[in-house]
Amino acid sequence: MSRRVRCVMALVALAVLGATLVVAVADLEPFGHYPGPYGDVLAKVVPGERHTGQLVAATVLDYRGFDTLGEELILFTAACGCVALLRLRRRERGEASAPERPAPSFAARAVGGALVGPVVVLAAYVVIHGHLTPGGGFSGGVIGGGALLLAYAAGQNVRLRRVGSIGMLESVEAVGAGGFAALAIGGLIAAGATLQNFVPLGTSGMLLSAGTIPIGNVAIGIEVAGAVALIVAEFLEQALLQEPA
Amino acid sequence: MTVLQATCLIAVAIIGTLVVATRDPLRQAAVAGIFGLALSALFLSVQAPDVALSQITVGAIVVPVLVLLAMAKIREHDR
Repeated sequence: MSRRVRCVMALVALAVLGATLVVAVADLEPFGHYPGPYGDVLAKVVPGERHTGQLVAATVLDYRGFDTLGEELILFTAACGCVALLRLRRRERGEASAPERPAPSFAARAVGGALVGPVVVLAAYVVIHGHLTPGGGFSGGVIGGGALLLAYAAGQNVRLRRVGSIGMLESVEAVGAGGFAALAIGGLIAAGATLQNFVPLGTSGMLLSAGTIPIGNVAIGIEVAGAVALIVAEFLEQALLQEPA
Repeated sequence: MTVLQATCLIAVAIIGTLVVATRDPLRQAAVAGIFGLALSALFLSVQAPDVALSQITVGAIVVPVLVLLAMAKIREHDR
């Protein structure tokens, strides 16, 4: 196909896409005028039913928690698939000697080393305050997984090669995923419906409140941190496996 | 739409174009991270802090890192 024909086709396709976008955006409700009923219903019932003002967390982890269960398992499956694929490659090559890498610069060591602790604390804060402030298990979990990267950048020899630490990350991920599933089943057993709240609701605004929502946040935080750290660790190991000296 | 939202929207449009215009994948990963931050500023300006936080973590941490690692892998494969 000649360059000219491709350009014409691309222009036609872009023109159609652009026109569709303009029509779609022109037809949107004005900002702040959400027309669906569910947002208003939730805004009314959540503070009374779940003792929290964090509507997003209540929606994601409680009222539509079943969707979150599926999404969590998608991440779990993705991490498993990633590990399975990368590990196959490793076996093909045989167990090479531990990869060497150049020592990180002083700046990388200083900044990375100084940030690991605060980042872990931030991750924990974002996770356990998920039912009070924006954030929650997913964001906090990714931040926690990022702490591993910082430790790596700082040159701490995160012993990725040893089966122990990868195996530990796998267990962490599985415990988190299993924890949320257990929460769902707990609702089924103790309250009669999947993910139905079955613990005391507490006082709105307190750290221990909002029933199962913070528990779900912690479970998801653990799972996401494990999954992100696992994927990154496997990738790091792969990228460095055959680094020529 | 407020001035802040319009500014964020324009920033997203400009940086998004820059991501496409950057041809070197290494630089593109860095520019894509900045694009992720611009996008999260836009989400924050339309009062969606939860989405903004997820966007920061995914757009500025996960995506650039995975791109960089994949590139390291490809480069090693080429040698």
